[in-house]
Amino acid sequence: MLSDGIAISVKGLGKRFDEKWVVDGVDLEVPAGSVFGFLGPNGSGKTTCIRMICGLLEPSSGSGRCLEFDILKQRERIKREVGYMTQRFALYEDLTVRENLLFVARAYEVDTPRLVADEVMEKFGLADRRNQLAGALSGGWKQRLSLAAAMLHEPRLLLLDEPTAGVDPKARRDFWSEIHELSRAGLTVLVTTHYMDEAERCSDLAYIANGKILTRGKPGFLTRESGLSTFRVHGEKLFELANRLRQFDGVEQVAAFGTELHVSGPDAALLTRALEANCGPGARYEPQETLLEDVFIHLMERARR
Amino acid sequence: MRGESVFSLRRLGAIIAKEFVQMRRDRITFAMMVGIPLIQLCLFGYAINQDPRHLPTALVNADQGPLTRSIAASLQRSGYFDIVDGDLPERDAREALALGEAQFVITVPVDFERDIRRGRVPVLLVEADATDPGATSNAIAALPRIIDLALEREMARRSVESSAGPPRIDVRLHALYNPEAKTSFNIVPGLMGVILTMTMVMITALAMTRERERGTLEMLLSMPPRPLEVLAGKIIPYIFVAYVQIALILMAAKFLFAVPVIGSLPLLLFCAFFFVLANLGMGVTFSTLAKNQLQAVQMAFFFFLPSLLLSGFMFPFRGMPEWAQSIGNALPLTHFLRIVRGVMLKGNGMPEVIPDLWPICVFLVGSMSIAVIRYRQTLD
Repeated sequence: MLSDGIAISVKGLGKRFDEKWVVDGVDLEVPAGSVFGFLGPNGSGKTTCIRMICGLLEPSSGSGRCLEFDILKQRERIKREVGYMTQRFALYEDLTVRENLLFVARAYEVDTPRLVADEVMEKFGLADRRNQLAGALSGGWKQRLSLAAAMLHEPRLLLLDEPTAGVDPKARRDFWSEIHELSRAGLTVLVTTHYMDEAERCSDLAYIANGKILTRGKPGFLTRESGLSTFRVHGEKLFELANRLRQFDGVEQVAAFGTELHVSGPDAALLTRALEANCGPGARYEPQETLLEDVFIHLMERARR
Repeated sequence: MRGESVFSLRRLGAIIAKEFVQMRRDRITFAMMVGIPLIQLCLFGYAINQDPRHLPTALVNADQGPLTRSIAASLQRSGYFDIVDGDLPERDAREALALGEAQFVITVPVDFERDIRRGRVPVLLVEADATDPGATSNAIAALPRIIDLALEREMARRSVESSAGPPRIDVRLHALYNPEAKTSFNIVPGLMGVILTMTMVMITALAMTRERERGTLEMLLSMPPRPLEVLAGKIIPYIFVAYVQIALILMAAKFLFAVPVIGSLPLLLFCAFFFVLANLGMGVTFSTLAKNQLQAVQMAFFFFLPSLLLSGFMFPFRGMPEWAQSIGNALPLTHFLRIVRGVMLKGNGMPEVIPDLWPICVFLVGSMSIAVIRYRQTLD
């Protein structure tokens, strides 16, 4: 078992492709048993980071360990203890559900591949589709199959790279229940996502942009730490109002949510003044809780500057 | 979980089993593997006749007289024959033909010149390696005329009067290995090499590139199987396919084209193993270079075309300029063609096969090494 309760610990992790640093000096600690959300925009280096952690890419700089194994020297050991679910469906589309799982079972050299494949199919509700070609499955079922394949060898750490991209809301919710159940059973999960509702379901978060970690912490802590104030505005002619508000000092984000505007900025006093000046009789405003989404857009804007 | 074995037969077995299922699912590719041999056999039923010159010719010379020298000079001047050995011991003549070092052996009998002076008709024996009728037919057609002219000139120069009309020589031709000059005898064994090259290189190049293109390589790399296990697991099923193709072609050769198999079949199958591996290695190397399946196909063709054109399959090898011959000599197909034709038509054994087997092995080691080095454990 892990002595310090840390499942992944990397320091100064970096990856250079040609002259560009895609991941640049990432320090990360993932507590054992957590559901760790790894967030960031497209191309921010999330996937590259995960690939380095599980031994698929050689880091250009830095060091670290994954479980009790060195990520530079003990790749083979890591592969046996980690389940990795790739962003894109990476099982064989021309093999059936059962054949895919049987292949994975044999590749991991489990003692009774047929039995284990059957068990996993039962556990993940795939038994009815055992003889369907993987390529013919819907997005949600492909994702279940991928998860089953990643869990088949009973890993201690699960790495999920945007597991719910292209999956309908019901399947997404089911998937997250599954993740929490696995986590309760002692599994550590590192998951990347774009979805803020998914970020809220994580026990720990880190936000990465342009290859650098901008912030990390528990979800509630991140919103408090950002120091953002947010107001909800409703009324008439919101579109014009939004354009006017954007010109003002202290207004950092103006986003339309249905029939409302969410307006946020780092300085509450400045923000209130801007709202007073612009909201005529046709518009009302009231404070509201800052969302993780507001925090991350704020972080991205700041990173760009 | 198992220990840290460097090579695991179970993991290898996993990949082999998976490959066979995929092969079975992919009906079109499977049809290609069986269909290509049959289609090509039908298409190449007819040969292309060329006019190769400078064919290596050895003389077994029992008469060193001026007339013999004159005939040799005329042969050389004709452009068809290159006298590579002016005085070969008789027992070596057959061997030179079997090894393909000489295309012709011309035997000048004892007292050749004296017999002519006396008005007799001596026999000039011309043995030809007629494995490839296209390579020898023009030279053979020109032969009597060349010899008659040389004789006429020599007689006129020395103004020898003959009592019994003009002097004559009986040119007796032995077309060895393929006496009826059937082009199918040459083409059909050659097709074995061509078909193996085409399918083996192309299919392995595709099989590996497909893993990368479909994203399955990432999963494969994230699992325990080592590069060597993956490579071997990919290659072994195709060795099996290759032997199915070989069986098909051999059966077609026997039952459709009535090509004799004079030499040892096990020897042929043994040599084929190295040739198949050499091509599989090439295919894997291409797949590590290609970014997608289209590129893989293009590279396979880039390799296949020179193999087809410069190996001596399409055109007689000796008809090609020297630079083309040296490219041809670097290709495994060239050597395999010589082996197949040698074993099937000439009855060649191990000693005659070795000179063409080792270049194939060199190529095999080269292509496999590049494949293993290029196939990485990581995605970098």
